[in-house]
Amino acid sequence: MFSFIDSSKIFSITSKAPKYVFFIFIIVLFIGLIEALVLSPKDYIQSHSVRIMYVHVPSAWISVGIFSIIGILSFGSIIFKNKNFSIISKSLAPSGLVFNIIALVTGSIWGKPTWGTWWAWDSRITSMAILCLFYLIYVLAWRIIEDKNRANQVTSLIAILGLINIPIIKFSVEWWSTLHQPSSIKLLEDSTIHSSMLIPLILMTAAFALFSLLIFLMKYNTEMIKIKNKGLDRL
Amino acid sequence: MMQEILLMEGYGSYVWSAFSFTLISFVILYAIVKFQYVKEKKRFNAKFQKLTYNEKELAKGQPTYREVLSNIASSKI
Repeated sequence: MFSFIDSSKIFSITSKAPKYVFFIFIIVLFIGLIEALVLSPKDYIQSHSVRIMYVHVPSAWISVGIFSIIGILSFGSIIFKNKNFSIISKSLAPSGLVFNIIALVTGSIWGKPTWGTWWAWDSRITSMAILCLFYLIYVLAWRIIEDKNRANQVTSLIAILGLINIPIIKFSVEWWSTLHQPSSIKLLEDSTIHSSMLIPLILMTAAFALFSLLIFLMKYNTEMIKIKNKGLDRL
Repeated sequence: MMQEILLMEGYGSYVWSAFSFTLISFVILYAIVKFQYVKEKKRFNAKFQKLTYNEKELAKGQPTYREVLSNIASSKI
Protein backbone atom coordinates (compact mmCIF):
# COMPACT_ATOMS: atom_id res chain seq x y z
CA MET A 1 0.00 0.00 0.00
CA PHE A 2 1.09 3.57 -0.68
CA SER A 3 3.59 2.32 -3.28
CA PHE A 4 2.95 5.59 -5.14
CA ILE A 5 4.76 7.34 -2.29
CA ASP A 6 8.13 6.51 -3.81
CA SER A 7 10.88 8.61 -2.23
CA SER A 8 12.79 9.10 -5.51
CA LYS A 9 9.63 10.34 -7.26
CA ILE A 10 8.80 12.70 -4.36
CA PHE A 11 12.39 13.92 -4.23
CA SER A 12 12.42 14.66 -7.96
CA ILE A 13 9.49 17.06 -7.33
CA THR A 14 10.58 18.52 -3.98
CA SER A 15 14.12 19.23 -5.21
CA LYS A 16 12.91 21.39 -8.10
CA ALA A 17 9.88 23.06 -6.48
CA PRO A 18 11.47 25.42 -3.86
CA LYS A 19 12.67 28.09 -6.33
CA TYR A 20 9.18 28.38 -7.89
CA VAL A 21 7.44 28.38 -4.50
CA PHE A 22 9.86 31.06 -3.25
CA PHE A 23 9.12 33.26 -6.26
CA ILE A 24 5.32 32.96 -5.87
CA PHE A 25 5.63 33.47 -2.08
CA ILE A 26 7.48 36.79 -2.53
CA ILE A 27 4.84 38.10 -4.97
CA VAL A 28 1.85 37.03 -2.83
CA LEU A 29 3.50 38.34 0.37
CA PHE A 30 4.22 41.71 -1.26
CA ILE A 31 0.60 42.14 -2.45
CA GLY A 32 -0.69 40.85 0.90
CA LEU A 33 1.43 43.35 2.87
CA ILE A 34 0.25 46.28 0.72
CA GLU A 35 -3.36 45.19 1.23
CA ALA A 36 -2.93 44.56 4.97
CA LEU A 37 -0.93 47.67 5.87
CA VAL A 38 -2.16 50.29 3.40
CA LEU A 39 -5.32 49.44 1.46
CA SER A 40 -7.52 47.67 4.03
CA PRO A 41 -9.68 49.93 6.20
CA LYS A 42 -9.33 50.44 9.94
CA ASP A 43 -11.91 48.87 12.24
CA TYR A 44 -14.57 51.16 13.74
CA ILE A 45 -13.84 49.86 17.26
CA GLN A 46 -10.26 48.55 17.18
CA SER A 47 -8.99 51.20 14.75
CA HIS A 48 -5.64 50.32 13.07
CA SER A 49 -4.76 47.63 15.64
CA VAL A 50 -7.06 45.33 13.65
CA ARG A 51 -4.25 45.04 11.07
CA ILE A 52 -2.45 42.67 13.47
CA MET A 53 -5.20 40.19 12.52
CA TYR A 54 -3.53 39.77 9.10
CA VAL A 55 -0.48 38.11 10.67
CA HIS A 56 -2.06 36.66 13.81
CA VAL A 57 -5.00 34.74 12.32
CA PRO A 58 -3.17 33.10 9.35
CA SER A 59 -0.33 32.04 11.68
CA ALA A 60 -2.80 30.43 14.08
CA TRP A 61 -4.68 28.68 11.24
CA ILE A 62 -1.49 27.32 9.69
CA SER A 63 0.06 26.13 12.96
CA VAL A 64 -3.16 24.27 13.86
CA GLY A 65 -3.46 22.91 10.30
CA ILE A 66 0.14 21.68 10.24
CA PHE A 67 -0.21 19.92 13.59
CA SER A 68 -3.41 18.24 12.37
CA ILE A 69 -1.53 16.95 9.31
CA ILE A 70 1.36 15.76 11.51
CA GLY A 71 -1.10 13.94 13.78
CA ILE A 72 -2.88 12.22 10.88
CA LEU A 73 0.42 11.25 9.23
CA SER A 74 1.64 9.89 12.56
CA PHE A 75 -1.39 7.58 12.64
CA GLY A 76 -0.47 6.55 9.10
CA SER A 77 3.14 6.03 10.09
CA ILE A 78 2.17 3.68 12.93
CA ILE A 79 -0.54 1.77 11.02
CA PHE A 80 1.08 1.46 7.56
CA LYS A 81 4.76 1.57 8.72
CA ASN A 82 5.51 4.05 5.92
CA LYS A 83 8.77 5.89 6.62
CA ASN A 84 7.85 8.72 4.27
CA PHE A 85 4.98 9.73 6.55
CA SER A 86 7.43 10.30 9.40
CA ILE A 87 9.86 12.22 7.15
CA ILE A 88 7.00 14.46 5.94
CA SER A 89 5.81 15.00 9.54
CA LYS A 90 9.33 15.81 10.73
CA SER A 91 9.79 18.29 7.86
CA LEU A 92 6.48 20.04 8.61
CA ALA A 93 7.17 20.58 12.32
CA PRO A 94 9.64 23.55 12.21
CA SER A 95 7.31 25.85 10.24
CA GLY A 96 4.35 24.76 12.41
CA LEU A 97 6.29 25.64 15.56
CA VAL A 98 7.36 29.04 14.21
CA PHE A 99 3.80 29.89 13.10
CA ASN A 100 2.56 28.88 16.56
CA ILE A 101 5.08 31.22 18.22
CA ILE A 102 4.12 34.02 15.80
CA ALA A 103 0.43 33.49 16.64
CA LEU A 104 1.16 33.69 20.39
CA VAL A 105 3.46 36.74 20.17
CA THR A 106 1.32 38.75 17.72
CA GLY A 107 -1.77 37.80 19.76
CA SER A 108 -0.04 39.16 22.85
CA ILE A 109 0.85 42.40 21.00
CA TRP A 110 -2.77 42.69 19.78
CA GLY A 111 -4.09 41.99 23.30
CA LYS A 112 -2.45 45.07 24.82
CA PRO A 113 -4.38 47.76 22.87
CA THR A 114 -7.56 45.63 22.62
CA TRP A 115 -7.93 44.03 26.06
CA GLY A 116 -5.41 46.14 28.00
CA THR A 117 -3.18 43.16 28.80
CA TRP A 118 -0.30 41.32 27.12
CA TRP A 119 -1.45 37.92 28.38
CA ALA A 120 -4.56 36.31 29.83
CA TRP A 121 -5.21 32.67 30.75
CA ASP A 122 -8.04 32.64 28.25
CA SER A 123 -9.03 29.16 26.96
CA ARG A 124 -8.01 29.90 23.35
CA ILE A 125 -4.62 31.36 24.33
CA THR A 126 -3.95 28.57 26.84
CA SER A 127 -4.83 25.82 24.34
CA MET A 128 -2.57 27.49 21.74
CA ALA A 129 0.25 27.64 24.34
CA ILE A 130 -0.30 23.91 24.99
CA LEU A 131 -0.03 23.28 21.23
CA CYS A 132 3.27 25.17 21.29
CA LEU A 133 4.49 22.83 24.04
CA PHE A 134 3.50 19.80 21.95
CA TYR A 135 5.41 21.25 18.98
CA LEU A 136 8.48 21.87 21.17
CA ILE A 137 8.42 18.35 22.62
CA TYR A 138 7.90 16.91 19.12
CA VAL A 139 10.87 18.80 17.61
CA LEU A 140 13.10 18.10 20.63
CA ALA A 141 12.23 14.38 20.60
CA TRP A 142 13.51 14.09 17.01
CA ARG A 143 16.72 15.85 18.07
CA ILE A 144 17.33 14.03 21.37
CA ILE A 145 16.46 10.41 20.55
CA GLU A 146 19.34 8.82 18.63
CA ASP A 147 17.55 5.65 17.44
CA LYS A 148 15.39 6.82 14.52
CA ASN A 149 12.80 4.04 14.85
CA ARG A 150 12.36 4.87 18.53
CA ALA A 151 12.22 8.58 17.69
CA ASN A 152 9.52 7.87 15.10
CA GLN A 153 7.44 5.94 17.66
CA VAL A 154 7.81 8.59 20.38
CA THR A 155 7.10 11.55 18.08
CA SER A 156 4.08 9.77 16.55
CA LEU A 157 2.70 9.24 20.05
CA ILE A 158 3.28 12.91 20.92
CA ALA A 159 1.53 14.03 17.72
CA ILE A 160 -1.45 11.71 18.29
CA LEU A 161 -1.78 12.92 21.89
CA GLY A 162 -1.52 16.51 20.66
CA LEU A 163 -4.39 15.90 18.23
CA ILE A 164 -6.76 15.89 21.24
CA ASN A 165 -5.90 19.57 21.71
CA ILE A 166 -6.98 20.56 18.15
CA PRO A 167 -10.78 20.44 18.68
CA ILE A 168 -10.23 22.14 22.06
CA ILE A 169 -8.51 25.06 20.26
CA LYS A 170 -11.25 25.19 17.62
CA PHE A 171 -14.25 25.08 19.98
CA SER A 172 -12.70 26.82 23.01
CA VAL A 173 -14.49 30.07 22.13
CA GLU A 174 -17.84 28.26 22.13
CA TRP A 175 -17.30 25.93 25.11
CA TRP A 176 -15.98 28.53 27.53
CA SER A 177 -16.44 32.24 28.14
CA THR A 178 -13.30 33.76 26.61
CA LEU A 179 -11.84 37.08 25.56
CA HIS A 180 -11.68 35.82 21.98
CA GLN A 181 -14.63 36.50 19.72
CA PRO A 182 -16.32 33.53 17.94
CA SER A 183 -15.07 32.73 14.45
CA SER A 184 -15.94 35.36 11.79
CA ILE A 185 -15.06 33.08 8.89
CA LYS A 186 -16.97 29.83 8.43
CA LEU A 187 -16.53 27.33 5.63
CA LEU A 188 -20.17 26.29 5.41
CA GLU A 189 -21.87 29.56 6.30
CA ASP A 190 -21.59 33.20 5.23
CA SER A 191 -18.63 35.02 6.76
CA THR A 192 -19.33 38.01 8.96
CA ILE A 193 -16.18 39.81 7.84
CA HIS A 194 -16.32 42.48 5.11
CA SER A 195 -14.60 41.72 1.79
CA SER A 196 -12.22 44.70 2.27
CA MET A 197 -10.78 42.79 5.25
CA LEU A 198 -11.35 39.28 3.93
CA ILE A 199 -9.20 39.81 0.80
CA PRO A 200 -6.00 40.82 2.68
CA LEU A 201 -6.65 38.01 5.17
CA ILE A 202 -6.88 35.46 2.35
CA LEU A 203 -3.77 36.91 0.65
CA MET A 204 -1.72 36.79 3.86
CA THR A 205 -2.95 33.25 4.56
CA ALA A 206 -1.88 32.22 1.05
CA ALA A 207 1.54 33.85 1.55
CA PHE A 208 2.04 32.13 4.91
CA ALA A 209 0.91 28.78 3.46
CA LEU A 210 3.43 29.20 0.63
CA PHE A 211 6.16 29.99 3.15
CA SER A 212 5.39 26.88 5.17
CA LEU A 213 5.40 24.87 1.92
CA LEU A 214 8.82 26.34 1.04
CA ILE A 215 10.26 25.47 4.45
CA PHE A 216 8.72 22.00 4.26
CA LEU A 217 10.27 21.35 0.83
CA MET A 218 13.72 22.52 1.93
CA LYS A 219 13.52 20.50 5.15
CA TYR A 220 12.26 17.41 3.31
CA ASN A 221 15.15 17.66 0.83
CA THR A 222 17.60 18.00 3.74
CA GLU A 223 16.15 14.88 5.38
CA MET A 224 16.35 12.93 2.12
CA ILE A 225 20.00 13.92 1.55
CA LYS A 226 20.74 13.03 5.19
CA ILE A 227 19.30 9.52 4.64
CA LYS A 228 21.23 9.10 1.40
CA ASN A 229 24.37 10.29 3.18
CA LYS A 230 24.05 7.41 5.61
CA GLY A 231 23.36 5.11 2.65
CA LEU A 232 26.70 6.04 1.08
CA ASP A 233 28.49 4.44 4.05
CA ARG A 234 26.82 1.12 3.28
CA LEU A 235 27.82 1.02 -0.41
CA MET B 1 0.28 59.90 4.05
CA MET B 2 3.59 58.25 5.06
CA GLN B 3 3.30 59.53 8.63
CA GLU B 4 -0.27 58.25 8.79
CA ILE B 5 0.88 54.76 7.73
CA LEU B 6 3.72 54.79 10.26
CA LEU B 7 1.81 56.16 13.26
CA MET B 8 -1.62 54.58 12.59
CA GLU B 9 -3.32 56.89 15.09
CA GLY B 10 -1.11 55.68 17.95
CA TYR B 11 -1.36 51.96 17.10
CA GLY B 12 1.72 51.98 14.84
CA SER B 13 4.10 50.55 17.44
CA TYR B 14 1.79 47.54 17.99
CA VAL B 15 1.10 46.92 14.30
CA TRP B 16 4.69 47.39 13.10
CA SER B 17 6.16 45.28 15.92
CA ALA B 18 3.73 42.42 15.11
CA PHE B 19 4.58 42.54 11.39
CA SER B 20 8.32 42.93 12.09
CA PHE B 21 8.33 39.98 14.48
CA THR B 22 6.59 37.84 11.84
CA LEU B 23 8.97 38.79 9.02
CA ILE B 24 12.09 38.44 11.21
CA SER B 25 10.87 34.96 12.28
CA PHE B 26 10.50 34.07 8.59
CA VAL B 27 14.03 35.22 7.78
CA ILE B 28 15.53 33.35 10.77
CA LEU B 29 13.65 30.11 9.99
CA TYR B 30 14.56 30.33 6.30
CA ALA B 31 18.24 30.96 7.14
CA ILE B 32 18.41 28.02 9.58
CA VAL B 33 16.73 25.56 7.19
CA LYS B 34 18.82 26.80 4.26
CA PHE B 35 22.02 26.45 6.33
CA GLN B 36 21.13 22.85 7.29
CA TYR B 37 20.31 22.08 3.64
CA VAL B 38 23.59 23.48 2.29
CA LYS B 39 25.58 21.74 5.07
CA GLU B 40 23.99 18.37 4.29
CA LYS B 41 24.56 18.82 0.54
CA LYS B 42 28.25 19.63 1.13
CA ARG B 43 28.60 16.58 3.41
CA PHE B 44 27.01 14.39 0.73
CA ASN B 45 29.26 15.82 -1.97
CA ALA B 46 32.40 15.29 0.11
CA LYS B 47 31.42 11.68 0.88
CA PHE B 48 30.51 10.99 -2.74
CA GLN B 49 33.87 12.25 -4.00
CA LYS B 50 35.66 9.77 -1.71
CA LEU B 51 33.84 6.78 -3.22
CA THR B 52 35.61 4.43 -5.63
CA TYR B 53 34.60 4.41 -9.31
CA ASN B 54 32.50 1.24 -8.85
CA GLU B 55 30.74 2.63 -5.76
CA LYS B 56 29.94 5.86 -7.63
CA GLU B 57 28.46 3.90 -10.53
CA LEU B 58 26.44 1.78 -8.10
CA ALA B 59 25.08 4.93 -6.42
CA LYS B 60 24.25 6.56 -9.76
CA GLY B 61 22.23 3.46 -10.66
CA GLN B 62 19.76 4.18 -7.86
CA PRO B 63 17.00 6.71 -8.68
CA THR B 64 17.13 8.70 -5.42
CA TYR B 65 20.92 9.10 -5.63
CA ARG B 66 20.55 10.30 -9.21
CA GLU B 67 18.03 12.88 -8.00
CA VAL B 68 20.27 13.99 -5.11
CA LEU B 69 23.25 14.34 -7.44
CA SER B 70 21.34 16.30 -10.07
CA ASN B 71 19.85 18.44 -7.29
CA ILE B 72 23.27 19.24 -5.86
CA ALA B 73 24.44 20.33 -9.28
CA SER B 74 21.44 22.50 -10.16
CA SER B 75 19.59 23.85 -7.08
CA LYS B 76 20.11 27.46 -6.16
CA ILE B 77 17.77 27.57 -3.16
